[in-house]
Amino acid sequence: MSTSLRNSILSLAAAGFLVGGIALALFWAPEDADQGFSQKIFYIHVPIALTAYACFGFGAWKALRLLWTKDARYDLESYTAIHMGVIFGLLTLATGSIWAKISWGHWWTWGERQLVLFLILFLFYSSYFMLRYSTEPGPRRQRNSAVYALFGVVLIPVSFLAVRIAGTILHPTIFTHEGANLPGEMLLAFCICLAGMLALAATLYRVELAGKRIDSSLRELRELLA
Amino acid sequence: MSGYAADVAALARKDLLLELRSRDTLPAMLLFVVSALTVFHFALPPDSSARAETGLLWIAIVFTALLGLTRAFAPEREDGLLDGLVLAPCDRSAIWVGKTIGVIAFLVLAELVALPAFALFFHSLSWELVAAVALADIGIAAIGTLLAAIAAASRARELLLPLLFLPLAIPVVIGGVGASVAANPGSFLGFLGLYDAVFAILSWASFEYVVTE
Repeated sequence: MSTSLRNSILSLAAAGFLVGGIALALFWAPEDADQGFSQKIFYIHVPIALTAYACFGFGAWKALRLLWTKDARYDLESYTAIHMGVIFGLLTLATGSIWAKISWGHWWTWGERQLVLFLILFLFYSSYFMLRYSTEPGPRRQRNSAVYALFGVVLIPVSFLAVRIAGTILHPTIFTHEGANLPGEMLLAFCICLAGMLALAATLYRVELAGKRIDSSLRELRELLA
Repeated sequence: MSGYAADVAALARKDLLLELRSRDTLPAMLLFVVSALTVFHFALPPDSSARAETGLLWIAIVFTALLGLTRAFAPEREDGLLDGLVLAPCDRSAIWVGKTIGVIAFLVLAELVALPAFALFFHSLSWELVAAVALADIGIAAIGTLLAAIAAASRARELLLPLLFLPLAIPVVIGGVGASVAANPGSFLGFLGLYDAVFAILSWASFEYVVTE
């Protein structure tokens, strides 16, 4: 299967799942008893957050592969995945902030554990970009970035634990230890939205990676000609 | 003493000896932490609580550590010492262990001044606070040494290290402040111990990739 065909299928899947999932969430899933209509942002906010985690995890996996195999192509893949993770992380902060405003009347609340965690992660991965931009390209930069990306994926559970023991418990816990306690319709709409968001991230990742690869080949060609 | 331990001891001894002869870092850290505590006294309103003062002590500790860490790889960088160390016939993680021991020593010495000064300026110390500071030192030194090596390879160096370090130091501050002021210090101390173990192992294992040319 050619790359462009695969990209088209992925982007169509993303569009289909997202539109379908949001339509189901808005018109079919029952309204939340406590929060009413504003709870609908749950179907966008939580899939975006989970997609951001998936991007960070994928980037760390590629970083591990780089350190393991010393194959330089994993560097660009890890970088692109983290790039996508930062974009989805920023969207998580934005949607979470809107939800906080509607539910509690404040744009920012330190009691919202997931938001605080994403702020820490956003700061951490923004520093990842600073690190990349201030180091000369080469194997040294690839390895240093990879090590830092691995630290990130360890920081996620550690910060989660830290924010959990530090914070007050205000966030509505939808998933408990016993598993999802969503009604079936809500869960289905949520899963379709999650699938759409993951497909969207995968599409963006592939397009961005292709662009970055072309960019670096072009730079090599220019250096050869110069 | 055999092999690895001897290498670590020699490397840590080298750092301490260098500092003893040049006196570059430690006096700066001592002066900085006392100045910072003085600034904090004036930054706090007169009727602020002991909890707020404890929080500021943690900021002073983190920033003092940062000051020391920006200098941690200065001799290696300026005199091309790191190439020699990497070429030396020892395990490269031993360089990290030796350097971390040196950083912990500097931090402990700075805190031997900072904690009594804090007790003198603000309020008396609890044993939980001292235990939390001791645990936090290990985590800060472990992760800071690795990040200092990463930052030393970049153009921005002193500018980059705080950016890399502070997001990773947030859990240390949460654990430290929690252990100092919360009703259940045990769980926060346990968290700090867990942080130390996780990041020390990760830094120890990944240091080799950071210094290899």
